[in-house]
Amino acid sequence: MKSGTILLSHGAGGKLSHRLIQDVFLKAFKNPFLEPLNDQAVFPSPGKRLAFTTDSYVVSPIFFPGGDIGKLSVCGTINDLAVGGATPLYMSASFIIEEGLELEELAKVVESMAKTALMAGVQIVTGDTKVVEKGKADRLFINTAGVGVIPDGVDVGPSFMEPGDAVIISGTVGDHGVSVMRERGMITLDVDVESDCAPLHELASAVVSTGFVKAMRDPTRGGLITTLNELALSSGHGILVKEENIPVKEEVRGVCEILGFDPMYLANEGKMICIAGKDGAKDVLKAMRKNPLGKDAEIIGEVIGERSGKVLLETSLGTRRIMEMLSGEQLPRIC
Amino acid sequence: MKYIDEFRDKKSILSLLEEIKKFSSVEASIMEICGTHTHSVSKYGIRGALSKNIRLISGPGCPVCVTHQADIDAIIDFSRNDKTAVIATFGDMIRVPGTFSTLESERALGSDIRVVYSPLAALDIAKENPSKKVLFYSVGFETTAPTVAASIIEAKARNIKNFTVFSLHKLTPPAMKAILDSGDVLVDGFICPGHVTAIIGASAYEFIARDYGSPCVVSGFEPVDVLYSIYMLLRQLYLGEAKIEIEYERVVSMDGNKKAKEIMAAVFEPRGSAWRGLGLIPGSGLKIRPAFAEFDAEQAFGIKAADSSYVEKPGACACADVLKGRITPFECLLFANPCTPEKPMGPCMVSSEGTCAAYYKYERAS
Amino acid sequence: MCLGIPCKVIEIDGDSAVVATANVKNKINISLVDNLCIGNYVIVHAGFAIEKIDEAIAKETLEMISGFIKDAQ
Repeated sequence: MKSGTILLSHGAGGKLSHRLIQDVFLKAFKNPFLEPLNDQAVFPSPGKRLAFTTDSYVVSPIFFPGGDIGKLSVCGTINDLAVGGATPLYMSASFIIEEGLELEELAKVVESMAKTALMAGVQIVTGDTKVVEKGKADRLFINTAGVGVIPDGVDVGPSFMEPGDAVIISGTVGDHGVSVMRERGMITLDVDVESDCAPLHELASAVVSTGFVKAMRDPTRGGLITTLNELALSSGHGILVKEENIPVKEEVRGVCEILGFDPMYLANEGKMICIAGKDGAKDVLKAMRKNPLGKDAEIIGEVIGERSGKVLLETSLGTRRIMEMLSGEQLPRIC
Repeated sequence: MKYIDEFRDKKSILSLLEEIKKFSSVEASIMEICGTHTHSVSKYGIRGALSKNIRLISGPGCPVCVTHQADIDAIIDFSRNDKTAVIATFGDMIRVPGTFSTLESERALGSDIRVVYSPLAALDIAKENPSKKVLFYSVGFETTAPTVAASIIEAKARNIKNFTVFSLHKLTPPAMKAILDSGDVLVDGFICPGHVTAIIGASAYEFIARDYGSPCVVSGFEPVDVLYSIYMLLRQLYLGEAKIEIEYERVVSMDGNKKAKEIMAAVFEPRGSAWRGLGLIPGSGLKIRPAFAEFDAEQAFGIKAADSSYVEKPGACACADVLKGRITPFECLLFANPCTPEKPMGPCMVSSEGTCAAYYKYERAS
Repeated sequence: MCLGIPCKVIEIDGDSAVVATANVKNKINISLVDNLCIGNYVIVHAGFAIEKIDEAIAKETLEMISGFIKDAQ
């Protein structure tokens, strides 16, 4: 089954479905938990405390510079577990395919998932496939769930945040947002920006082992500022960041200036916000920068005692302004 | 980024703030007439950095804010009545509320509404879809109008038959005159819009200095530009002068861009236009000339730009007073509760350029 | 009403040009500005060059402003 298109019959549970599962999914996701092809995957309990997450991926286009919807789904699942201090172990992957998708494209996405999972030591142990009529799904949707184990002694979360803690970002912001915008034809600018889509489990593990990490979160849609707002709300504290400390790639800055976007509100898919105890901030930064995914890490601000639940930005003039969550999609403007 | 970074230099900003402090004896109400200036002032927290003797007022410089509600309703009605037509619009307009809906909501309900960054992109859509009617919802002041004029000329040259423009363009000097004539606000000086003036030339404001005794400084958009312009205005006021100065000299001249002005004049002619909050201002809008009538959406589809002298009745929404600079957003009873960027009651809040949106985003930390 | 960015002209082809800033290239229309050469800087708004930047004057403005910095020190 090397070429052709996906038909409704591929999702109907009969011969074609089975061939699809064998030739595409099983071939890529080789592991003993999946091979029996039971309705469920059975595995021994990996530890006392488990972390469990779920997500759906509907990105359009499904292929973009630096990644694809498959890689995104595996990284996203891994990252949601990793920022909770968990070691990601097992994943499910459910596919909703629009009739007419090229088999070759599906195979490419699935291979990308397998490759990413293998590199991260994660196994895709169970899944599902449905096919819907043309127009009922935007080419391909993927839903995942992921299970990880939290090692003894690791306890992270917004409830541990305190005024004085440092706010650290693992690298440049807005890369994914710009790369996808370009592929979507939203902008006709000629710019070389790849998505930062990446699994952050090793980076998370490296910083957690310093012993100074209070909380972590990966900023995705809505950008850095939206995720900082979530941390501020969950912790009940305020967060103050310095605009000039936030790392932005030159190209991303250029696109944003031309179209009137704010990079702090653009999507990321391979970055981490880390809240670290004041005394350990430099150690955490050092640990981050040792990892290739954290080489551009910066301390961008601190947790503060006032303005509970709010995010404040300090401008180059030293004045401060409140930064709300993103309300609605950012659009190119002339004004 | 060259010619941006130098004008955001921190040392320069702080030095200019020190120079401005030397004019502590000058009480001044300074109005900026450009949404992009409102944005810069707020983004860099300039208002908060200036001392109390200087009051910065945001005037009606945002095409989204001043576009009449009837003009928003008109395009929404058109989109509802013809779902096969393509409406191309700048991103700025997509969430502006009409009486009942927004273009964004209409898109969700099936209308073909597309955001473009340039009028030429709308022209490309027309070329690629010859069987569809493509209407460009055209807002903006004198910076944008020449680009639309050039696009219409291009459409004629390429013999494109399915492209029309609904012109809601507005002109800056008539609005400034209307503000000065209304007597509602005491403005001591104006920060004039840098890119509008790059087109029309700074001499367009000479009547303001001559007939009203108000100093004007044409300003760029970076924080150094804005602060330098404020310094120049304060210096004039201190010396009792009233003249037109150009801070943004690297781009702006007294005569402006002759070629752009000619292209604009070839396609458009002035007409009266109704502005939200200011009512009818004679000669403040642009209409497509008869020579280009085939590209005029008003001719093609019978939609009409608002030119009545309707002024919104007094009510809780104080957008009109905010636009005229009579009150700050803080003085509007609806500001921040219940009027927010998620649930805007009027255009001043919905546009990212709107005075209230800028205040909401940037000014509330103090 | 005036979002416009300084960009450098790197290619010209009739009424079109390619301009660049911060490693981003943009294809724009230059029919509103006369006598453009490669290497010039222009203000770009809505896909058009609306005016050329006078670099000599830009330098003078920056020198004026740096005068304030010296005064303050």
